[in-house]
Amino acid sequence: MGLDALAAACCVLPVLLALLAVRFAYVLWRSGQPSSRSPTAGLRCLIVLGSGGHTAEMMNIVTALQKDRFTPRYYVAALTDSMSLQKAQVYEQSLIQSGEKITKNAHFMQIYRSREVGQSYITSIATTLLATLHAMWLVIRIRPQVIFCNGPGTCFPLCVCAFVLKVLGLGWSSIFYIESIARVKKLSLSGLLLYKLRIADQFYVQWPQLQQKYPRAYYAGRLM
Amino acid sequence: MRRRVLGFQCMFPNLGRASPRRRIPLGTITILQWPTEVILLKNLVRTGEEMGSRERRVVFVTVGTTCFDALVKAVDSDEVKEALLHKGYTDLLIQMGRGTYMPSKVSVNSTLQVDYFTFSPSIADYIREASLVISHAGSGSILETLRLGKPLIVVVNEDLMDNHQSELAEELANRKHLFCARPQTLQETVEAMELNNLLPYMPGDAKQVVTLISKFLGFPVD
Repeated sequence: MGLDALAAACCVLPVLLALLAVRFAYVLWRSGQPSSRSPTAGLRCLIVLGSGGHTAEMMNIVTALQKDRFTPRYYVAALTDSMSLQKAQVYEQSLIQSGEKITKNAHFMQIYRSREVGQSYITSIATTLLATLHAMWLVIRIRPQVIFCNGPGTCFPLCVCAFVLKVLGLGWSSIFYIESIARVKKLSLSGLLLYKLRIADQFYVQWPQLQQKYPRAYYAGRLM
Repeated sequence: MRRRVLGFQCMFPNLGRASPRRRIPLGTITILQWPTEVILLKNLVRTGEEMGSRERRVVFVTVGTTCFDALVKAVDSDEVKEALLHKGYTDLLIQMGRGTYMPSKVSVNSTLQVDYFTFSPSIADYIREASLVISHAGSGSILETLRLGKPLIVVVNEDLMDNHQSELAEELANRKHLFCARPQTLQETVEAMELNNLLPYMPGDAKQVVTLISKFLGFPVD
């Protein structure tokens, strides 16, 4: 009996792994492909904010978005960073006051931080693990269709979790990474990881010399 | 109207100096109530030798939300204050953030008026009032100052672990939008700077990125 189960496992496991590998390759390929169908309804957006200039740049992007296409919007910021969510709240409030539809289409959430500014790389591993678990919980709850991020440490676990859900077939999201204007010569750690692992569907940089160094990135001018 | 306030300020430099917001209404009320006295005061100031008929030219130093004592110490040094005075600046206002170093409010020759505070929700107001901004290398402070069209010296904090901050400052310095310095080279930078050599900065916008994103998602381009 036990032997049979073992034999079955021996047959099934490689097949499963092979299927997963095929699916993984497919998701990698499919992620970079533009959508051919026009979305019929608003897309659920996950917008990652972060202190140190990230929020200001991200709110610039949000301001330029067509709000009816990108709705509802879920803003996420680090637990230790209340200023960022406040800025987003002020902006969403101003939308409501300027006569947009008064539906509850903005949500605000906080996430454990994977790395504080100045934290050593060794302790970062543990905190990143915790942040990843929390990120998975958030991504499963939000089920985003579009993810916007521009480099705060919190964006990496969120993007990885969204990618894992894509591979497992539990939800599809397009991940857009817009590198911060502060990065002129090299990418940030989050940016580099998302670029090298090909997790970001589209990768934008704000300086032409960065685009030359990372050819899969797009240069689309400065945000500010 | 404003000139009179300035003249009045020269006579009593400590009046209402705590914040620029308080200063203006104070002077205005004075003028409304005793116009002749103020004009007399102004004439008195005009005749004074060292006070002259000068305008206030404020140097605003900002470190954002960071702790950057090296910069505060640098601008508080006699050499830098001397250099600023030589360039015709009259006031030094320091936003010192989380730093613990307290600048001295009285300078050596007491002609450069020094004042400081820790945080303010409206840094932009101070930038607008300034003739020169000396800032830390945070992208927010840099771009805000450039957007308001003020001459800017960015001082890079060399104590940060992951020092990517200098990248933006150096790139914008290469493009002649600002001057880039280190705390220890601030004096030379102030002495050597030619404000006429600076080029205005054209702010970018997010439209291009948003168009690309919409296109990728399959939305019709409008």
